[in-house]
Amino acid sequence: MSFFLEVLVGGLLAGVMYSLVAIGFVLIYKASGVFNFAQGSLVLFGALTFVSLVERHVAPWLAFAATLAVLVLIAIAIERAVLRPLVNRTPIVLFMATLGLSFILEGAAQLFWGAQVHGLDLGIDDKPLQLGGVMISQFDLFAAATAGVLVIALSLLTNRTRLGLSLRAVADDPLAALAVGIRLPRIWAIVWSLAGFVSLVAGLLWGARLGVQFSLSLVVLKALPVLIIGGFSSIGGAIAGGLLVGASEKLAEVYLGSLVGGGIENWFPYVLAILFLLVRPAGLFGEPAVERV
Amino acid sequence: MSNIVIRRARLNVAMPVAPGLVMAAGLAILAAVPGVASEYWLSAVLTPFLILSLAGLGLNLLTGYAGQLSLGTAAFMAVGAYATYNFAVRVPGLSLLMDLLLGGLTTAAIGALFGLPSLRIKGFYLIASTLAAQFFIEWLLTKVSWFSNDDTSGVLSAPRLSIFGWSIATPVSRYQFVLGVVVVVFVVAASLVRSELGRRWMAVRDMDTAAAVIGIPIGRTKLLAFAVSSFVIGIAGALWAFAYLGTVEPHGFDLNLSFEVLFIIIIGGMGSIAGNFYGAAFIVLLPIALSHAAGALAAIGLDVGQLQNLQKILFGSLIIVFLIKEPDGLARLVQIARQRLRNWPLRA
Repeated sequence: MSFFLEVLVGGLLAGVMYSLVAIGFVLIYKASGVFNFAQGSLVLFGALTFVSLVERHVAPWLAFAATLAVLVLIAIAIERAVLRPLVNRTPIVLFMATLGLSFILEGAAQLFWGAQVHGLDLGIDDKPLQLGGVMISQFDLFAAATAGVLVIALSLLTNRTRLGLSLRAVADDPLAALAVGIRLPRIWAIVWSLAGFVSLVAGLLWGARLGVQFSLSLVVLKALPVLIIGGFSSIGGAIAGGLLVGASEKLAEVYLGSLVGGGIENWFPYVLAILFLLVRPAGLFGEPAVERV
Repeated sequence: MSNIVIRRARLNVAMPVAPGLVMAAGLAILAAVPGVASEYWLSAVLTPFLILSLAGLGLNLLTGYAGQLSLGTAAFMAVGAYATYNFAVRVPGLSLLMDLLLGGLTTAAIGALFGLPSLRIKGFYLIASTLAAQFFIEWLLTKVSWFSNDDTSGVLSAPRLSIFGWSIATPVSRYQFVLGVVVVVFVVAASLVRSELGRRWMAVRDMDTAAAVIGIPIGRTKLLAFAVSSFVIGIAGALWAFAYLGTVEPHGFDLNLSFEVLFIIIIGGMGSIAGNFYGAAFIVLLPIALSHAAGALAAIGLDVGQLQNLQKILFGSLIIVFLIKEPDGLARLVQIARQRLRNWPLRA
């Protein structure tokens, strides 16, 4: 029983990491209707830039600020060069554009900083704690706490500030938002910057755990089922979906994987996502799509 | 009356050179190539170019014509390769063409299976279903050794290829065999997209609700798109494995290959038959051109090892530029250029 609990808790904590990446998606999807495949590349780019700066003896807080500044610049460039010319095109075209974007970001990150694996030490030990008979890694708890703080901050931002009001207005109805004088391009740049910030946090946590390397950009492939299960337009859904995917893939790997030779972690979330799509196409917390002809 | 008007309109754009003639000329050039090209060009450039064009055609039928996005192309290529291999190894007496056909049909069935969710969901939700295919099939082919004839390493080696006593072992004969298959499939596909089925695909792509209203069975049309597209992709996969690489393992058909085929149709032109050739030529030739340019790049202080990163940035930028400036891809650019040439020098 305690083994089951340990697997479950381990999976839930891994799910927190997926949620962090998925939140970045949700922010962008709500404000601009873009399914941003480049989110994983942003995670890689952010983490790699931070690590490379720290390795060049830049103070961590300065490196964080500098990386954030670069991500904001990238967000503004994306709005100018990609989103603005592609306005009013179909979601599929926008998705393919972010595919191109992810190639550019990955190429650029490795062009500037090289392709070797960097270790990242955030100063938190990865040592297990004994909590109620279950071993839990201290680092995972830290990651979960960070995610919690981030979600509270984001919900304060969207629900309690003027900026948040415009964000919600754009998410609700872009045309009406334009009509009342909200500057859509600026909102897009802000949202992409926010997503950049979230992906930097996610990148640092993931990077501290797995090392900062190319495979960081592959978390995007884990975030997709999370979004489908949680719904594309709900931050709460991203969290719930992340936890569900994290827990179920670990449980499946441990209990089913041994029957079929292992390695099912890669595709199990997708099968789960397809089942969800067949039963609840809008996800757990998503708004059902209404089509008018 | 309206008939006459339409005829007039057709006459106005009448082409001095029939498209059939252009195609015949292109074919003649491709058929004559072995006399001129070196073995390196035949086996490392022209053969993969033809096979990638074929894979592009398969994806284009699904994405460009029927409007269903797929990121599982490489997995379906793997199904084609492994199915063809198993028919060749396990069922004696079948000719190579028969193996290829059966491999394609198997892929069509698998493709339709993974296309089933498209009945309920659309748009980029379908990415999930096709990505599931990508990861699941790669895993299955690695784990179940039956598919690779219980080879302990999971690696397939190409069976001896021959049709009707013609042994396909040299680069020249492999190229000719691939060329033959590619031409036949392209001719069939080109007439297919002009048939009723092709028009149904385009109707579903342009507006599925309207298509349903005029009586098109959307579900069956989508599934047929998945099946036909997977058939073509499966044949491309078998050729990729046996006529180009020689040996294959499941990881050779990873997500990157899927992206590559997707880029072929974005750059070449979605909803275009000829565009697949342009896109494939582009994607095969660009890395070669880049590595030739490496000397010049080294002069300005760039490491040769960075070529791959540069190539990524270049591909990514091209995708975005094409999506913004010319969503119909190189095929449209070629069309415009031909129109200009035809009017030259009277009108530029």
